[in-house]
Order: sequence, then structure tokens, then C-alpha cells
Amino acid sequence: MNPPTALIAEDEPLLAQALRAALARLWPALQVVATAGDGPQAVAQALALRPTLCLLDIRMPGMSGLEAAHAMAEDWPDEPAAPPFPLLVFVTAYDEYALQAFDAQAVDYLLKPVDEARLEACVLRLQRTLATRRDAAQALQDSLAQLRGLLGAATAPPAPRLQVLQAQVGSIVHLVPLEQVIYFEAADKYVRVVTAEREHLIRMSLRELLPQLDPQRFWQVHRGTVVQAQCVASARRDESGKAFLALRGRPETITVSRLYAHLFKGM
Amino acid sequence: MMPAAHPASPAPQPPYALSWPLVRAQLLRGALFVLLLCVAIALLLTATGRSAFGDGLLHSLCIGLCCWLIIDGGRHLLAHRRQCARARQGLDADLPAGFPGWRWMALLLLLGMTLGPVAGTTLARRVLGSAGQPWWDMGGGDQLTWLITLLASVASVVTLTLLERLSHARAEAEAARRAAAENQLKLLQSQLEPHMLFNTLANLRVLIGSDPARAQAMLDRLIAFLRATLGASRSAMHPLATEFERSADYLALMQVRMGARLQSHLDLPDALRGLPVPTLLLQPLVENAIKHGLEPKVEGGRIEVAAHDEDGQLFLTVRDSGVGLGEVAAFGPAFGLQQVRDRLRTLYGSNAALTVQADEQGGTRASIRLPMPR
Repeated sequence: MNPPTALIAEDEPLLAQALRAALARLWPALQVVATAGDGPQAVAQALALRPTLCLLDIRMPGMSGLEAAHAMAEDWPDEPAAPPFPLLVFVTAYDEYALQAFDAQAVDYLLKPVDEARLEACVLRLQRTLATRRDAAQALQDSLAQLRGLLGAATAPPAPRLQVLQAQVGSIVHLVPLEQVIYFEAADKYVRVVTAEREHLIRMSLRELLPQLDPQRFWQVHRGTVVQAQCVASARRDESGKAFLALRGRPETITVSRLYAHLFKGM
Repeated sequence: MMPAAHPASPAPQPPYALSWPLVRAQLLRGALFVLLLCVAIALLLTATGRSAFGDGLLHSLCIGLCCWLIIDGGRHLLAHRRQCARARQGLDADLPAGFPGWRWMALLLLLGMTLGPVAGTTLARRVLGSAGQPWWDMGGGDQLTWLITLLASVASVVTLTLLERLSHARAEAEAARRAAAENQLKLLQSQLEPHMLFNTLANLRVLIGSDPARAQAMLDRLIAFLRATLGASRSAMHPLATEFERSADYLALMQVRMGARLQSHLDLPDALRGLPVPTLLLQPLVENAIKHGLEPKVEGGRIEVAAHDEDGQLFLTVRDSGVGLGEVAAFGPAFGLQQVRDRLRTLYGSNAALTVQADEQGGTRASIRLPMPR
């Protein structure tokens, strides 16, 4: 069996270094294969190196540790020979509200400053989990279930609801009533707003937009896609756990990631 | 092409709401006051032999309650209409509940004093069954009736209005005290943010093992930062050099945490070092630049804190090369900035200002303009 590997995602260099040193003392067999200083880098490194476990700081530039975990779960390769999804340990200085959710989902987390005894307990638990883990598919399913549980609890508090979107093109501002929107798609710092007739770009991130939408009407189906539920004609699931949506009013299909595929099931 | 998104215009302000319990309490208090006054008048009339007690009480009660209805009812009606009209124009209530202004009060008083006795006397006669006399003929005691009504009305209106204004002022002072205490707490929470504190301690813990000298220096900065934040009296002034020293403490702590991602630069000309400025005025701007500008930016960046004088005014500027204002807008009205604006307004009125704008080189630029201290 290959030696276990780890990725550390922590934006504060001293803390990353200290965590690495402490892990070396407590778990000599563990190889830290990468240290990432921001969210996007953590996702890229995890997908490229496929470590056994990831220690993710929650507050990082670019993308939070939670968002990074979501991105990894969505993009983790499908092929049967793929290594199991990494065990996740979140690290945070202070985040009382989210931590209750972590407890509820039995997700490992460490509080900064990390004391050695707490880290040792965490290492023992990780080693036990690795020893008893049966197969790769199960690892991914377990992580998906945990992340889904965190999704609801760790989102931003609801903001005042939007009624009309204002998309500016040159000197013209287009007003788009929310009920005409079929789906939203993240495009870097913008969001593409797709209606039956045309598309608009609005300058805000999907993360900023989401709390302003009614979650009953607008469903997130992928980390980069939010669809209006009544515009979905049908959903077709495939064996990898993803689903594909046919829309009313648009010819294209929309991909539902594994994290959200459970939303589409017969009544 | 510049796409932009704006949330729909904010929900309209809730219209001016009449506080029924308050109006009811005021009306009842007025009625009670009038009743007691009427009893006193009846006793006085009886004692001076002008009328029998029952007769006098009936007359004074009828007149008193008519006056009360006109004056007290009228003022509440007028006050309500006034505040509704203001609310429609988007203005806040400007006078205490139930007070339409002294001019309207005088008019109501006049109305009450003339109509009250006429209506009251008519009512009393109706009760006594002697309704035959015309209303203008009030019998032998009519001059006395007018005089008593005049004195009693003026006394009631003045007393009641002053009492209400007093309790209104007391309630306002209480609300202001509570708001000030809440603000102080919020300010403390925003400055002693647990996330910042625990991360700083985590770094300190690491340094104690690896670099004790650096750990000690960091601890000194943390102590200075905590002392300034916890001890700063909001109204006190200190020299600009000290203000920059506090910013330097905070930035040094952030430097250890962010490492190469943060470059900071402080520029304070020697001539300005001794100028008195409000304590920790810059702190919220520096914290915003880090928290909303540089921390979320993957590659980090540079923060510049500078002071200069121009046209007899002092400018304090915090520039960062962070993610810019777009991201900050999503956090809503920033408490830190509001607090700086409030302090400037209290201390300097319209002679000082805070502007926050997108910097020419990307990032954000916050600038405070103060009258040059002497």
C-alpha cells in the first residue's frame, strides 16, 4: 500500500509551516505533497496530486475552504480506477456558527491555535478511518453526504430578495424580471443571466447573488449554476451520480453535479 | 461594455405609525387632570358661595370635558396629520407624539376656550332639563364662567404639554444612551474581531517555538494594539504620530500573518507628527483595507497610509491595491466607515469628510479631510 499523502491549504505561511512540522512529528509516514496558499490553488493541487487527505483552512483568499471542498467533490474524476476522495479536515480560527454544522455532519475540524493533543486525536481518527475504508466509491459518497449537510448551514444569511436584475451594456441598462430568468451561470467575476430570448451579464459573483434569490424557486445545481425550478422540463441521471436537465424555453442541457443530483428524484 | 448589477430599490420606509398605547395614555392622563381640576373648581365655587356643589360640579365637568375634547382631541388629530404628511414626503417625525406645534396649540386653546363653555353650558342645561335659555345667555355667572375656563384651560394645556415634553425628552435621552452603548459594543467587537485575534495568537504560538525574539516583538505589538483598542476614550485626541504608531502595530501583526502577501508603507511628514487628531480614527480604514481589500486577494498587495496638508486642511489617506470596492458593496453599509463619519460629524460638523472611492491603480482609496488643527 502506498504511503498516505496530504495537502495543506493555509494562507498564513507560518501556520502552514507549523502544521506541516507538527504532522511530521505525529504521523511520520504521512507525506505532505503540497502546500497551497489560496482556494483555487488548493483545488488544482488536490485534483492533480490526489492526496489521501486535505487540511483546508476555512478563510482563504480566492475561495473558502468549504468552497474548495465543493469544487473538489464536483470535479473528482469518475473513472473506476481513480483514487478515493481525500479525507477532509477543516481548520479555522473562529467560526462558531459553522462549527455546529461541522459537528452535526461529523466532519473533522481543528481550531487555531492548534494544540498538539487535539491534532494527535485528529491524526488517530484519520488513521482509523483509512484502515477501515472499504472502497473509493464509498469514500466519495460519504464526503458528498457530509458536504451536502454543510451546504445549507454554512451559506450566507439571506439578504433582501431581488425582484428585477439590472444589466448594463454600454449606456443602456436592461431590466430583467427575475421570473423570466431560466438560469444563472457563474463566469469569473460575472454572472450570465439566461432568459428565453437572450443573455445578460451582471457584475457580481454567484456567491453574492445567491442569498438574494428565493431558494424555493431558484435551485443551485452546480457550484456555478442556479436554475429556476419551474423552467426545468426533465432530469436524466447517469451512473456516475450526475444529472442532466432539459429546460423549457432553452435548447441547451444543464449539468447537475453529484452534490446536487439528489434534488431530482421521483415523488 | 460595463455590465453592472443593482438590487431592486430598497423597500419603502414603513409609513409613520401612530403609537396607540401612547396616545391613549396621554388622552387618559389629560382627562384625569381635567376631572380633578373640575372637582377643584366646583369646590372653590361652593366655598365662595357662588353655586351649590352638585350644580357647580356638573357645569364645570361639562365645560371641562368639552374643552378637553376640543383641545386634547384636536392636538392629537393635528399632530397625527402633520406626521403623516411628513412621512409621505419621506421625512422623519419632528415633534413629540401628540404635539402639533405651539402655533396650533394656541389656536386650539382659543377654540376650546370659546366653544368649550358654550357647549358645556348647553350640555349641563340639557342634563338639568332647563334647555329653554338660548346658548348665548349663560346666566348671571357668565363672566366668571369664561374667566374660570380661560384660567383652567391655559393651566391644563401648559402643564400637560410641559409634562409630556419632559417625559419625551427623558425617553429620547434614554434611547440615545442605549444607542451609544450599543455602538460602543459593536465598535469593540469589530476591532477585537475573534478571527483576527485567534489567528494572531496561532502565529504567536508558532513563533514562540521557532523564533522567540520575533515572538516577543509580535507580543509587544499585540499588547499595544489591545491597550489602544480597549482603552481609547472615544472623545480624546492624540498626536498624529501616535495614531500612525497604532496603525503600524496593527499592520505589523498582519505582516506576520500574511507574510509576503502584504507590503505596507506609512508616510508621515515630520511637520505633521505633533498635530492632535481623534484617537484611532484611521484604524477602521486600515482594517477595511486589509479585511475587504487585501486579505481576499489571492496575490495580496500593498497598503499605504499617508498624511499631508493642503490649503490649510489635513488629509489622511489609506490606499490599498486590493480587490476593490465591488466586493465590499455586497457587505452592505460598512459599520466601520459609518462610525468614522459619525465621529467626524460630531467633532467637526461639515468641516471634515470621509470619501471612499476606487483607486486609480485598482483597489480602494479612503481619505479623511480635517480642518488643520491649531
